[in-house]
Amino acid sequence: MKKILNILVFFLSARLGFSQEVEMADNMRAEGKIYVVIAILLLILTGLFFYLFMLDRKATRLEKKVDEMLKK
Amino acid sequence: MVAMKSWWKVLSILLLVYTVIGGFLLEVPRLAIINESIRGLYFHVPMWFTMILLFVLSVLFAVRYLSRHDLVYDRISASFAQAGLVFGILGILTGMVWANYTWGTPWHGDPKQNGSAITALIYLAYFVLRGSLDNQEQRARLSSVYTIFAFAAMIPLIFVIPRMSSSMHPGSGGNPGFNMYDLDSSMRKVFYPAVTGWILLGIWISSILIRIRNAEEKIVDLEYEKNS
Repeated sequence: MKKILNILVFFLSARLGFSQEVEMADNMRAEGKIYVVIAILLLILTGLFFYLFMLDRKATRLEKKVDEMLKK
Repeated sequence: MVAMKSWWKVLSILLLVYTVIGGFLLEVPRLAIINESIRGLYFHVPMWFTMILLFVLSVLFAVRYLSRHDLVYDRISASFAQAGLVFGILGILTGMVWANYTWGTPWHGDPKQNGSAITALIYLAYFVLRGSLDNQEQRARLSSVYTIFAFAAMIPLIFVIPRMSSSMHPGSGGNPGFNMYDLDSSMRKVFYPAVTGWILLGIWISSILIRIRNAEEKIVDLEYEKNS
């Protein structure tokens, strides 16, 4: 039983040790600067979606115009 | 009524907003070399999924044109191929940025990189072919046949050859999927919505292209009638 526990503890600590070694952007997250990145990307996405909706509307207007021309 | 018809566009927006927020804030595995850049998975890989789906749709409508001979199917097929190519080029470019960071050089000569570059060139040639033909029926017939060839060439280039040789891409060298990422359930929570969102965006862009092509066609017909 103790042996199994020891092995478990070994593996757990090995895992924890490994995960701490790898450098991630923890500091950037702690400073909250990651939200700047998110804000920028959300802004770009918003702009893109707005543009797509405008193009959709433009296509609808074009379709209506063409249909009117066809009726004449 | 507009909301009813375009619910999937709204879904695409919601999924992609979630992708950006969840993709940067949720936990990812702490792996050496790749580090935080693992989050590129949410943006780079969906480009390929979207490209492949749009190319599948393009080939389906090409086959449909060949059996029904209605030019509308050719316009739909070309629009899907066009949007698919845009996603493919974005996939190559994002891959180059990522490769520069993790593999040391933007163009590593990885079989998947080379395969996708050849695929992009094959599809570029599709538009050269379309542009060089004036006769509509001829253009539709030739480009429909060509797009079937292009799609058939893409399968070994992207799915088969990279798995037969050693590739730097995860999941290559025999085993499909993305092995280490695939096991991680925290990444799946963002990855699957991301793929769905990007695919819907690809279909959205294609639908605009289709509508513009159809309207253009009607205008050309009108002018033709006027002149004759």
